[in-house]
Amino acid sequence: MLIKKPADIKSSEITDKKLYLARRTFMQGAALVATTAATGYLYRYLNPPTLPRVEGEKIKDIVKSTPDDAAATGFTVNEKLTSFDDITNYNNFYEFTTDKRDVARVSRGFKSRPWTVSVEGLVNKPKTFDIDDLLKLAPQEERIYRHRCVEGWSMVIPWVGFPLLRLLNEVEPNSSARYVAFETLYDPKRFPEQSGGTLDWPYVEGLRLDEAMHPLAILATGLYDEQLPAQDGAPVRLVVPWKYGFKSIKSIVKIRLVKDQPKTTWNIAAPNEYGFYSNVNPEVDHPRWSQARETRIGEYGKRDTLLFNGYAEQVGRLYEGMDLRANF
Amino acid sequence: MKEIKFYRVVVFVNSIVPLALIAWDWYHKQLGVNPVEFLTRTTGMLTLIFLAITLGVTPLRKVTSLQWLIQFRRMVGLFAFFYGFLHLTTYIWFDRSFNLKSTAADIYQRPFIAIGMLSFFLMIPLAITSTKGWIKRIGGKRWARLHKLVYVSAIGGVVHFWMLVKSDIRLPIKFAFVIAVLLGSRFVISNMKKKPPARVITPTA
Repeated sequence: MLIKKPADIKSSEITDKKLYLARRTFMQGAALVATTAATGYLYRYLNPPTLPRVEGEKIKDIVKSTPDDAAATGFTVNEKLTSFDDITNYNNFYEFTTDKRDVARVSRGFKSRPWTVSVEGLVNKPKTFDIDDLLKLAPQEERIYRHRCVEGWSMVIPWVGFPLLRLLNEVEPNSSARYVAFETLYDPKRFPEQSGGTLDWPYVEGLRLDEAMHPLAILATGLYDEQLPAQDGAPVRLVVPWKYGFKSIKSIVKIRLVKDQPKTTWNIAAPNEYGFYSNVNPEVDHPRWSQARETRIGEYGKRDTLLFNGYAEQVGRLYEGMDLRANF
Repeated sequence: MKEIKFYRVVVFVNSIVPLALIAWDWYHKQLGVNPVEFLTRTTGMLTLIFLAITLGVTPLRKVTSLQWLIQFRRMVGLFAFFYGFLHLTTYIWFDRSFNLKSTAADIYQRPFIAIGMLSFFLMIPLAITSTKGWIKRIGGKRWARLHKLVYVSAIGGVVHFWMLVKSDIRLPIKFAFVIAVLLGSRFVISNMKKKPPARVITPTA
């Protein structure tokens, strides 16, 4: 005789197979969604979107150049301007961070007032300028320049500033001065990367005196009619449009007239790659990449790089008889 | 096993998340100021990341004894190859405008391009022979030996990255460290295996 023993678990209590499978499917779906979201979040964290724009203070009474200036003086170019957002979200400013896209964020809140620039060395009238006095030294002019980075990209930037020669005339270089040396602020509290050893700090740059006296060489204090944003070198920077961008030193605190060719930061870092002159030249390649062409920010594809960044007409005579390959 | 199949889907979907986001950002014109540079850099970085994950599977399996981890290695390796292919494509497309002559000249002139190219081409035979059929055809031992080429690709990839940065080598150093640990751990693990088993003293009391 078969004795039927009642099951320990009532059949009504056993989870229905369908329900069990449904639950499993649900759990698996949840796991899939959760991991996917986490991966997506990680990607976004590592590649954050750009921050919204901060309005800068407007600069008044800017002397604008006319399209006719393009050919004669080079004070403007008849090319499409790079947008403000692109200019201010793609910066090589190693004092903040080596990530070009992140400089805008890291430099937020950087205080460029109070600020002084001391001009010293082989001059008759050395002087320390308060930034606001410096701005009154000469009328603020708009200069629309091509900007060519040694990395192979370029922009067209409407700077606001004044010729460096106006400042030099003010301090009167004496007859033994042959070069001008520039120095960026050294303050690891405000420039976090200065605590590390990516480059020798402070950043230093230099020009030959005749280069510095060229009317195209300016001290820029603004762009797009606004005071210079921190990521572009506030409150005052050099702009020498016929040279690779790194020559245009940012956030300057010291200018020194000297007799011998001054040391320059990238030349110290890699002497075989970055020379003192660093004139834009499509024929002289960087040892690791070609300089023949460039990516204009805002465009796909590449355009030809021009000798002296298109300013050969204006600055070519400075280098007459010089071997540009040896003096790269 | 059904579970493995499901986890494969999880790994697959997660691996294409970066690509999906890149495509999304491209479509919405959000790739940033220099989209070509961003694409090149990001696909290159993804290649190195997936190579590191691929190389991480075996040591992790040996350390944790989770044998089933091996089931994901081929897929992750193929993703490394896939992102490497995208990386190469962005270079040939945008940097060289599909000009093979200028590409060849560039490889010849610039060692870092040549090393990157070599690292990618070494992955091609590995991708082709990644199927079960090929393992059988070649024979397990020889197949395993062939696939050690991935070590060369990974080292080459890091060297390629290291050579192109201007001065901030912190990220290449991190990649080099990870790859070195993963390759070094293989050496350590295989050495431990070779040693005669230590005498085990069993407590008697």
